[in-house]
Amino acid sequence: MAKFKKKKDGELPQASTAALPDIVFMLLFFFMTVTVMKDNSLMVENKLPEADDIEKLNRKNDRVMYIYAGKPVAGYEKFGEEAVLQLNDKIAQPSELKQFIHAERALRTEEIIPFMVTALKVDRNANMGLVSDVKQELRKENMLKISYLSVKKPEAK
Amino acid sequence: MAKRSIPEVNAGSMADIAFLLLIFFLVTTTIEQDNGITRKLPRWEDVPQDEPVVIKEKNIFKVVVNKEDKMLVEDEPMELKDLKKATMEFIDNGGGASAEGDKCDYCQGARSAESSDHPSKAIIALKNDRETSYSVYVAIQNELGAAYTELRNREATRLYGQGNTYTAMNAIYKDPKVKDAALKEKLDTRLKKLKDMYPQFISEVDSKTN
Repeated sequence: MAKFKKKKDGELPQASTAALPDIVFMLLFFFMTVTVMKDNSLMVENKLPEADDIEKLNRKNDRVMYIYAGKPVAGYEKFGEEAVLQLNDKIAQPSELKQFIHAERALRTEEIIPFMVTALKVDRNANMGLVSDVKQELRKENMLKISYLSVKKPEAK
Repeated sequence: MAKRSIPEVNAGSMADIAFLLLIFFLVTTTIEQDNGITRKLPRWEDVPQDEPVVIKEKNIFKVVVNKEDKMLVEDEPMELKDLKKATMEFIDNGGGASAEGDKCDYCQGARSAESSDHPSKAIIALKNDRETSYSVYVAIQNELGAAYTELRNREATRLYGQGNTYTAMNAIYKDPKVKDAALKEKLDTRLKKLKDMYPQFISEVDSKTN
């Protein structure tokens, strides 16, 4: 006759955690595919202006070059009260843009360079003087495609 | 010799390792999507051109913003909310003929002799002060761009039927997930045609210091 093990009374069997790693790995791969690495920490205020006639900019392809501008945030007050440029991880002057563009071009392959887009991430409280200087430098370096990055305006209707 | 069974490897800490990786990726990556108003800058000229191109006054739509963020359109003060309509009326006027001598048969404007001849001749000149705030500048660029988009949308609906607006077709065309080559080709010719009908000329005049 078969022998039945007698269950200890009242005790619940332990839940199996064997599938837990699989679930977590799934989450991990999800986040790895849908996100992009943060490449810069911001030293300037960056509240983008609002607009609605906007186009998506694909970050995953290598064509986009970022230029940040705005008022220095807390901790960087030594750069003054006025809006400044941030290139990579440094606060810079518009005259340094030339070097920056050359460095950015050197990172990319020859075929991509004519299709490069400059994304201007400028704080909404900055004034146009700085942006005009940037545009001037970009024109001199023949980087003619630009994009004024902005956030979608909340629907008014 | 007696067969020894290999003890099973304990996989209990696997979840911890995976969690650690997950949290690392959550912290170092961003999910945000960049949206922007795309514009093309004019080419830089080292030497001023010998012969400045003469453009008729009526084909230029002057928009000036001063340092107090007030706007002057064709020498008249204007509010931002009226800009799109005024711009559309200017582009869509169709009072004369294009450079090739064609009349604008799709324009629905007033055909006034004082406004632009043809959408392909209409130029918008945007001039700003160094003290103009960036948010106002972008808002104006947005309205100007929206005027072109709306006209292109109108023509797209007329030519290709309801639902096939310029915005919608452009979104499908730009979507990297759409792999259908025949569809892309069709959209490409349509978009090119619409862009030819209303080519976007927004000139960003250099700001002067004062």
